[in-house]
Amino acid sequence: MIWTLDLLILLLVVICAIAAISVKDLLSATIIFGVYSFLMCLLWAEMGAVDVAFTEATVGAGVSTVLFIAAILHTSRRSKD
Amino acid sequence: MKLLRERTEKQRLGESLIIQTSVRLMVPFVQLFGLYVIVHGHYSPGGGFQGGVILGSSFVMLALAFDQKSSLRLMSERANAILGNTGAIIFVGVGALCAICGGLFLDYSALDVLIPLGPVEWRSFGIFLVEVGVGLAVMSIMVSLFWDLGSAGKMDEGL
Repeated sequence: MIWTLDLLILLLVVICAIAAISVKDLLSATIIFGVYSFLMCLLWAEMGAVDVAFTEATVGAGVSTVLFIAAILHTSRRSKD
Repeated sequence: MKLLRERTEKQRLGESLIIQTSVRLMVPFVQLFGLYVIVHGHYSPGGGFQGGVILGSSFVMLALAFDQKSSLRLMSERANAILGNTGAIIFVGVGALCAICGGLFLDYSALDVLIPLGPVEWRSFGIFLVEVGVGLAVMSIMVSLFWDLGSAGKMDEGL
């Protein structure tokens, strides 16, 4: 465990989390969420939890991003009301 | 040149030859890696869940690069449902078989009564059986989640 690397990744995770909830476009929020998942995966792997990192990389960054995009493409750009 | 132009005219919007060819090349290796992760689940990182997600994501990749019809030709909805239910039955069946043979639920050492390999070997082999079941079930769920979300439940065009 290298604490400076930990601190750097944690800082990037916090920045990504704030960006994902503050950005207006849903598609960009999904992509930032994917970046967040990859950074969390890096953090788990760096802390020695390789199994959790593997799950985060496959489910969090891989499949859930695709599922989010598949759901978002069926919404319209502006709300009707 | 004429053949190339005909081929590009036949393709619809959003379908690119580069992506389709690279997906066609990548899918067998992704599936092989998924099987490796499932089989090596008990002594390395990975296991049934992660391997199942990787196996499912190979079919998701096919449905993304081509349209949903051609991916349904390779892996039909019926075959997907059969595989998923087989996985769930393997998981519950191994657990219940342990309980029937005199142990607790999922206590693999009780299976020594059926085939005498020794309780330690049965614990290792039982985990392998359960992980195969989990992998099949997770693969089926991931693929059908993407199919239903991508085509709004109609199973026709996809993304």
